[in-house]
Amino acid sequence: MSSPEPWSASRAAGIVAEHKHLEGATLPILHALQEEFGYVDEAAVPIIADALNLSRAEVHGCITFYHDFRKAPAGRQQVKLCRAEACQAMGSDRLHGEILQRLGIDWHGTTADGEVTVEPVYCLGLCSNGPAAMIGEEPLARLSVDSLDAALKESRA
Amino acid sequence: MSRIKIFVPKDAVALGLGANRVARAIFSGAEQRGLDVEIVRTGTRGLLWLEPMVEVATPEGRIAYGPVSHGDVESLLDAGLHEGGAHALRLGNPEEIPFLKRQHRLTFHRCGVVDPVSVDDYRAHGGYRGLEAALGLEPAKVVEQVKDSGLRGRGGAGFPAGIKWNTVMLAENERKYVVCNADEGDSGTFADRIMMEGDPFNLIEGMTIAAVAVGATRGYIYCRSEYPQAFRTMRDAIANGVKAGTLGENILGSGKTFHLEVRLGAGAYICGEETSLLESLEGRRGLVRAKPPIPALKGFMGKPTLVNNVMTFTAVPWILEHGAKAYAEYGMGRSLGTLPIQLAGNIKQGGLIEYAFGITIREIIEEFGGGTFSGRPVRAVQVGGPLGAYFPDNLLDTPLDYEKMAAAKGLVGHGGIVVFDDTVDMAKQARFAFEFCATESCGKCTPCRIGATRGVETMDKVIAGNRPEANIELVKDLCEIMTDGSLCAMGGLTPMPVMSAITHFPEDFTRGASLPVAAE
Repeated sequence: MSSPEPWSASRAAGIVAEHKHLEGATLPILHALQEEFGYVDEAAVPIIADALNLSRAEVHGCITFYHDFRKAPAGRQQVKLCRAEACQAMGSDRLHGEILQRLGIDWHGTTADGEVTVEPVYCLGLCSNGPAAMIGEEPLARLSVDSLDAALKESRA
Repeated sequence: MSRIKIFVPKDAVALGLGANRVARAIFSGAEQRGLDVEIVRTGTRGLLWLEPMVEVATPEGRIAYGPVSHGDVESLLDAGLHEGGAHALRLGNPEEIPFLKRQHRLTFHRCGVVDPVSVDDYRAHGGYRGLEAALGLEPAKVVEQVKDSGLRGRGGAGFPAGIKWNTVMLAENERKYVVCNADEGDSGTFADRIMMEGDPFNLIEGMTIAAVAVGATRGYIYCRSEYPQAFRTMRDAIANGVKAGTLGENILGSGKTFHLEVRLGAGAYICGEETSLLESLEGRRGLVRAKPPIPALKGFMGKPTLVNNVMTFTAVPWILEHGAKAYAEYGMGRSLGTLPIQLAGNIKQGGLIEYAFGITIREIIEEFGGGTFSGRPVRAVQVGGPLGAYFPDNLLDTPLDYEKMAAAKGLVGHGGIVVFDDTVDMAKQARFAFEFCATESCGKCTPCRIGATRGVETMDKVIAGNRPEANIELVKDLCEIMTDGSLCAMGGLTPMPVMSAITHFPEDFTRGASLPVAAE
């Protein structure tokens, strides 16, 4: 995964312009902004509102409704741990406790070195091979503390 | 010597178990041995405990090996993997593996077999015969086929698909839409994902048939963001379809137009509810709409919109190719055709089982699943996702049939089955059902928004042994209000897992303070 670009209002305006012709353009725009900058900067709100003829409140409301959109940059590696039932049946609760303890963070937290952010997720569709996780967009099945460790090291390399 | 074809899945489960490393190892190992090998990245056949399952094309048909790790590849190549040679991991003809052989693969017959993004491969395996049949019929006749097949919405609600199609067909408007709900958020379900990653053209074909039938020219697939592989495969397949003339203007030379686009959700479970999905697709918060008006008359952008699940659309090409009657020969009662069942959780042999309605939960768990992964006894089984009931052993002989499941106070939902062994704490599971609802509620209606939070608090008291009997009564009362007063199935069905846990596993609710309070 390429590292995100620093926030730029002109680049953001360009991204908004590329997508504004779409029907229901808000989500595609927000995804594209997050892809580019790693989060959706507060300063993007008026740019989007202006382009789509929406109020700033509507855009803000949309950003905050969805779990995916971040208001601040995350760690270099984003880990999603599945907390849903199928993974619970494979002991995910206990595993998550161990993982968070080892990283020294809580849910939604980022390690002190800025390397890893851990988010909860409810189902990754890997339910027959749980516990499941995802690093960036790479799925991990039959997760253990060690396999997560190895995968993080590998994607850091 | 002709080129050797080796098939390595790139399904998300296979990737999660190291399929890319396996593919790389095969490629370099074959190169070292001077073998002329083509590696085809397929979807999965759904035998997920055998993933990564590698197949090789031999003159006698395909031979499978699995589960293969990258460390096995050298010994596999030494054993003559490229010729189907003997090895401890050799499974033989994959279609003879009992887990697969016993199934009724109507919708999923190409999954794991074809190159997912190749139109030619799709056609070579019978693709587009359904659309060709549909293009030769009057739209009303296509709708009639869907009606006569008995197909019901596979997303969970089980509404007769043909009636929905008919409503959209009859709605008069210059612009109509076809929308696919691919926001498969239920834990324990992955059939939509496997289809989109393994046979995306089947979905494209099903949606195209729908568009032709109801008179729509534009369609969207709303795919959840937790499925990045499925999203990319869909996007690539659509692009290839446009190039091949099976999408866009003048589909298959028929003069009909259908533009299709895949959109990404943003991590909101509620957007699997069709009106919330439409709000999201229009670019707003995914707040549930009150019905009426129904989306069939006033849906996306206020226009008549056909919203169906991935599994509903993908059942259609087979129905059009083979006829409604052939489809309706599968199943029982008013649940006709096949159900893609997803077996998950604490299970030895998990995966996708497409089978005629009517098979029992026990047959699935014991005969297909081979019991729990942990080897401990099964204690509870949640059927139909996070809003489905937890069943104890004595209800496992219930057949998977919409009406029979409802009579047992459960639901078929999207066909997910999650198995728990005897270490499960059902009070904790009941608490989780409320917690999940509190996290994912859209917040529009009070019973769901407030009820879920009060439910978590009250369950915490029960678990802590704080007047458990009185607090369980309070939970029951709350469940009644949520069932009766919620706007959609999120708040309306959260009581189902809660009440089933209380009803079938009462002993877990009165242990009181001997259990630590759940730490979430």
